[in-house]
Amino acid sequence: MASYNTSDFKKGIKVQIDGDPYLMVECNFVKPGKGNALYKCKLKNLIRNTMLERTYKGGDSLEAADVTEIDAQYLYSQGANFVFMDNESYEQYELTKEQVDDAWKYIKEGMVCRMVLFNDNPISVTPPNHVILKIEYCEPAVRGNTATNLTKPVKLETGAEMVCPAFVDIGDLIKVDTRTNEYLERAKQ
Amino acid sequence: MADWRPTADWPMLERRAALLRRLRAFFDERGFLEVETPLLSADAVVDRHLDPIEAVCDGTVVEGGREPGQGGTRRFLQTSPEFALKRLMAAGGKAIYQVAHAFRRGEFGRLHNPEFTLVEWYRRGDDLAAGMRLLSDLAEALLARGPAERLTYADAFSRWAGIDPLVPDIPAWAELLRRAGVEPPASFAADDPDAWLDLILLELVEPQLGRDRPIIIYDYPVSQAALARVRPDDPRVAERFELYDRGIELANGYHELLDPAVLRERNRANNAWRVRDGKQALPEESRLLAAMEAGLPASTGVALGFDRIVMLALGAASLAEVIPFPFDRA
Repeated sequence: MASYNTSDFKKGIKVQIDGDPYLMVECNFVKPGKGNALYKCKLKNLIRNTMLERTYKGGDSLEAADVTEIDAQYLYSQGANFVFMDNESYEQYELTKEQVDDAWKYIKEGMVCRMVLFNDNPISVTPPNHVILKIEYCEPAVRGNTATNLTKPVKLETGAEMVCPAFVDIGDLIKVDTRTNEYLERAKQ
Repeated sequence: MADWRPTADWPMLERRAALLRRLRAFFDERGFLEVETPLLSADAVVDRHLDPIEAVCDGTVVEGGREPGQGGTRRFLQTSPEFALKRLMAAGGKAIYQVAHAFRRGEFGRLHNPEFTLVEWYRRGDDLAAGMRLLSDLAEALLARGPAERLTYADAFSRWAGIDPLVPDIPAWAELLRRAGVEPPASFAADDPDAWLDLILLELVEPQLGRDRPIIIYDYPVSQAALARVRPDDPRVAERFELYDRGIELANGYHELLDPAVLRERNRANNAWRVRDGKQALPEESRLLAAMEAGLPASTGVALGFDRIVMLALGAASLAEVIPFPFDRA
């Protein structure tokens, strides 16, 4: 099994701690002049998205995590689960709602997402930064008001709810930033 | 390559040079002689946690190898000019200093560079108090933050960590760290109190050191004596001291160990630790030991991290701001 010794520690390596995959997001070398070399690390759990702070002693090692990223197309929902397909190998993956996390708000059939695999099993999926979705329901548009500071709740075709300017209407296509969950603009397509 | 440019800007380099002039003036005014000693030596400080960089000097003709089987051209880039300066002291030196580059393998970070500038000095006849006074005067000259406060290692740990560092209690120390939100490395051994003390020092004590003015911590646990003599009236501590300012370690000094038998014993113990830690053992015999056999005069010596004190004096946030080319673009 491949592993990283403290001398290989750096931002960006993926390691395994207590069976979970972690991304090293920070690693600081600290050492009293005549004392132990210590590495203060911040690690992000790639399954739970939680942060872990750990200190390692020079000479310690961590097992490398087999983490890969693929392009995966969302095919359809299967009960409460979501079925994706690897665009290269055509292999299909079924993800639970928990694994999909907030991405469910933005994905519709045919959309290509980034999927993270740990030991060949999917652990997370990230939609494109910008997606175009249809408004399924909202209160009638406030005519003539094009100001974006007047807002109202809307329900999207995915079932997700979000806040939009008051001038949008049922059936409108809108562009959404998936990183901030914000309305960007009306879309034509 | 795009990273040929220096990380330190010209105003910083000019101010750094001015601090170096001030440092040299400080020693000149006190009658110190500036000397130069080799950075490549067959000898290495046998420290548990210092790793020298080994240099291959093939093609250099040397009569006879000092280390059978290893050849006569094995050299170490010095982790400090300590051995050579002490040999000069044994040969009649009275007050000497060197501005040297020092090399330490694997040390790279905001406050570390594997190659750095160390200022080291020795003065014959100085005891612990005199050594600390001189260091405080120099810190005042370079930092302009007043004379250094003095506090023993035990008092610092008692004040800021609430423990007695001279009475190991690993379960209590582990609990103390966890309460502070620090998970101790699983590799810390129960029979290795110094590892625990290092982590407590870094997490709880260092951030408190030198908030308002510089501070000198002294009387280190005897297990961390390095090349300092043991205190005659309290064998639990060694006459070693360190200067801190704003949480950053700047200098390390010893009322020097003179007894070669004690140094041989420490070298053996340090090599045993090194082997246990998975490190390479270092040569235990050295020309320093020969000089000590001949007689080293009583003195106090100090090594000061020049890049770090420049960093603090100039308000920089990392060594890279005061070194033109740090290791990753050297």
